[in-house]
Amino acid sequence: MVDLAVIGGGPAGLAAAHAAYQSGLRDIVILERDRELGGILNQCIHNGFGLHRFKQELTGPEYAGRYINMLNDTNVETRLDTMVIEITPDKRIYTASPNGYEMIEAKSIVLAMGCRERTRGAIAIPGSRPSGVLTAGAAQRYLNMEGLMPGSRAVILGSGDIGLIMARRMTLEGAEVLACVELMPYSSGLNRNIVQCLEDYNIPLYLSHTVTDIRGGRRLEGVTVAKVDENRRPIPGTEINFDCDTLLLSVGLIPENELTRGAGIDMDLRTSGAVVFENMETSIPGVFACGNAVHVHDLVDFVSEESAKAGGAAAAYVGGCTHESGGARLKNGANVTYTVPQRLHGHVTNKEIGVFFRVNRVFKKSKITVTADGAEIASFNRRYMMPGEMQHVTLKADKLAGVSDITIAAEEIA
Amino acid sequence: MTEITCIVCPMGCRLTVDEQNDFAVTGNTCKLGENYGKNELKNPTRVLTTTVKIGGAIHGRCPVKTGGAIPKGKLFDAMKEIKKVRLESPVACGQVVLTNLLGTGIDVVATRAM
Amino acid sequence: MEIMFDAAIIGCGISGAAIARELSKYDLTTVIIEKENDVAMGATRANSAIVHAGYDAPPGTLMAKLNVRGNELTKELCARLSVPYKNIGSLLLAFSDEEAVTVQKLYERGLKNGVPDMRILTFEETKALEPNISDEVKAALYAPSAGIVNPWEFAVALAETAVQNGAKLMLGSEVTAIERGADGFHITAGGETLKAKYVINAAGVNAGKLHDMALPHAFDITPNKGAYFVLDKSEGELVKHVIFQCPSKAGKGVLVSPTVHGNLIIGPNALDVKSDETEVLESDLSDVRKAAVRSIPSVDFRQNIRCFAGVRPNSTVEDFIIGAHDGFIDVAGIRSPGLTAAPGIAEYVAVLMRENGAKLTPRSNFIDRREHVRFKDLTHEQRAALVKENPLYGRVICRCETVTEGEIVNAIRSPIPPRTIDGVKRRCEAGLGRCQGGFCGPRVLEILSRELHVPRESIQQDKNGSYIVTIHLNSLKS
Repeated sequence: MVDLAVIGGGPAGLAAAHAAYQSGLRDIVILERDRELGGILNQCIHNGFGLHRFKQELTGPEYAGRYINMLNDTNVETRLDTMVIEITPDKRIYTASPNGYEMIEAKSIVLAMGCRERTRGAIAIPGSRPSGVLTAGAAQRYLNMEGLMPGSRAVILGSGDIGLIMARRMTLEGAEVLACVELMPYSSGLNRNIVQCLEDYNIPLYLSHTVTDIRGGRRLEGVTVAKVDENRRPIPGTEINFDCDTLLLSVGLIPENELTRGAGIDMDLRTSGAVVFENMETSIPGVFACGNAVHVHDLVDFVSEESAKAGGAAAAYVGGCTHESGGARLKNGANVTYTVPQRLHGHVTNKEIGVFFRVNRVFKKSKITVTADGAEIASFNRRYMMPGEMQHVTLKADKLAGVSDITIAAEEIA
Repeated sequence: MTEITCIVCPMGCRLTVDEQNDFAVTGNTCKLGENYGKNELKNPTRVLTTTVKIGGAIHGRCPVKTGGAIPKGKLFDAMKEIKKVRLESPVACGQVVLTNLLGTGIDVVATRAM
Repeated sequence: MEIMFDAAIIGCGISGAAIARELSKYDLTTVIIEKENDVAMGATRANSAIVHAGYDAPPGTLMAKLNVRGNELTKELCARLSVPYKNIGSLLLAFSDEEAVTVQKLYERGLKNGVPDMRILTFEETKALEPNISDEVKAALYAPSAGIVNPWEFAVALAETAVQNGAKLMLGSEVTAIERGADGFHITAGGETLKAKYVINAAGVNAGKLHDMALPHAFDITPNKGAYFVLDKSEGELVKHVIFQCPSKAGKGVLVSPTVHGNLIIGPNALDVKSDETEVLESDLSDVRKAAVRSIPSVDFRQNIRCFAGVRPNSTVEDFIIGAHDGFIDVAGIRSPGLTAAPGIAEYVAVLMRENGAKLTPRSNFIDRREHVRFKDLTHEQRAALVKENPLYGRVICRCETVTEGEIVNAIRSPIPPRTIDGVKRRCEAGLGRCQGGFCGPRVLEILSRELHVPRESIQQDKNGSYIVTIHLNSLKS
């Protein structure tokens, strides 16, 4: 019986394990399916990580390296090449690795499986089915870790950060990137990436456009791009043809939660992640979740922060600290698409409760209003908000005692 | 006059920089934006990240970066130089793999222990 | 040195594979000639994956006979060859009084065709079996003998059995000429000339062209495209049976069905095309969507993981075209229910050969079994034992479908080794799941490269020319 089993050795799992160790747990095991720790950070060789967490600009491998080094100074056990096959509601974990098929009993579990990329199927792009159509993350792995070029003339669909980063990366390695195509009237990527990954290399960004056809019998030969109307439907007559051998898809990420569902944990349809309490605990006491498995984050720094909270809470749980359920539920108010956490425990021990949420469109000067059972308890002003940027507010716990509904809403102010 | 997007914060102000008038910046909504606008026109620089060949390690490529920002105009030449580097495991994170890249005074360092 | 084969089968889709296995029961020398780089590359890999009960075809036709016979044989063969098959039954829905008449007609037709245990259900009875069907349904024809199968694994398993019993499989060999010589047929394929006493034309959409190489023109193949959605496993239990709509001139209509992998398949529409064009048009997708929600209004198309289209080898003849002409045997126009009928077709081809003078002596050491270990289907204890025996079964490569390296390596060492990413997918389901190979693609590429001793740049996704990566940066001169 281990005190804590952490499922996933990416940034979320690493931070959770480290925080649990710091909180006094000693019998911790990280179960990682890959052959190394660090998760997706290993292929994110660009810089821009760690400004919040380490007050320094790091590359992905450097950021992962910091945490791996921090864990090297502990006795946290790491099992690599180990896939968790099943988690039961009573916290038994079945794992497969070349070393054996095993069952681990855990007092507490942190779910840190991360997320996966949406594929061509998820957006049902018409056309033929040649090779050369792949997710930006898969292309990033091929290029940055294996040294394999995914193609020589590329179009990128989606202006998420991974797509933008890959536009620059492919260009630097000698490929021609013809266009970056975004369905929405705004980019979901950071401005910095629009400038330094597209504008620096004269790669045009087509906003309010999408790919309407994929051509090529075997390898991709070309794509058709068309402008879309307000309802995101292609406008006939606006088609542009690109001859290309590669189409990279950067069209969103989905939390990976097959194990979570298998364990019977309550899920949130808005985030596709587990419903969590303020301490990142799921509907099964002693099972916590954090990072991109809960909701897709913009910055790894916030993943680390959230995961440290989960790790600390797991340590507290093993130490005998339990919570009553039956506390408040957080709800979407106007223009808000989700909140994390979704629930509060009946008696919250922390003085402050951090809440992450996203808005549904671009906002200039705006106000965030928090109401508890209909009465406003806090408000926050923002100069600018967009769906691609996760929002964060901190609520005072003393104002939430006995409350059953908390609503977070956003509105533009003149 | 050149128009650029400010990258200091998510607002992404459209800045206009007047090269003829001591790089005067308009369109910014904060001081940071003004500085960004001036530097971006006077002396644009970038940190370059890429990979180099490595033998005897878990993967065949080792991630590297320039230890500081280099002139934007030298990025492609820098790629050519960095491509010549060949490493053998073990390599420490932060280890210099190429000194004084293209005479910029900037070194290229490994960003991962391999 | 030229060998004279007893039989040359052209095309290794489900028909060719089933015939090859059937003939390998006998002391014959057989060659299977396939133009693509793997088996099951045409209609076999892109269809509804349904084992039809057999009430559709007019009584007395080959289609009717071979469908019902094929349905029985498929069940038995899948068990023996370890091919995923589920006998889930089908429901044909009637939305109007007129369609209720069609249901009655098809029921009577089914009786004549020998379809077992059919029943006509009221709306209430249908709703009890399938709570998610539309309230517009008036009645339904329930056919419990219908089922679902993994068509490409079925074809692979049949072809593997043939190969294990001595058949020769030539991949990447397109037949370009057939001549009738005094000593049999001379077949030019992939730059070689082969001789065979019997030729079996199972060339799918190209069967018309093949026929014309050896015989006077007799029929045309009229390719007809159908598009599909495959939804995530989260939707796999939306229906429990194959849900059909009443057939019309255009074909059998859009079905909604679970797949043997636990997904939901929805399609196809029907559109005549020039050749084997499998492009999916936006109009195909909207046609299928519209039709499907008539049966099951709650289908959530946002859970789609893949769209694809297949091409049916329809023909200018109403029935399957199966017949012998002095040793040249056509197996053409094998559209739906061709997948179901294939084992029946194979038996019938053997009969035709015998009638045309072939001596079919049973092979004494016929190997008629195939094991396929699926890690995810094992119990915890079995998994533990398997990993102990071979550690590669402990390394999960495809996380969506839980496919291990042991299964992939096993497939690569099978009688018909896959050489492509999709070839691996067709044999062990790696890459079939919701991430569509995003995670496991690079790993499968690495395993193929290692096991086949070829550089990763040379591995193809699917057909030749569908390369995945262009160059290895480490191989560049600096």
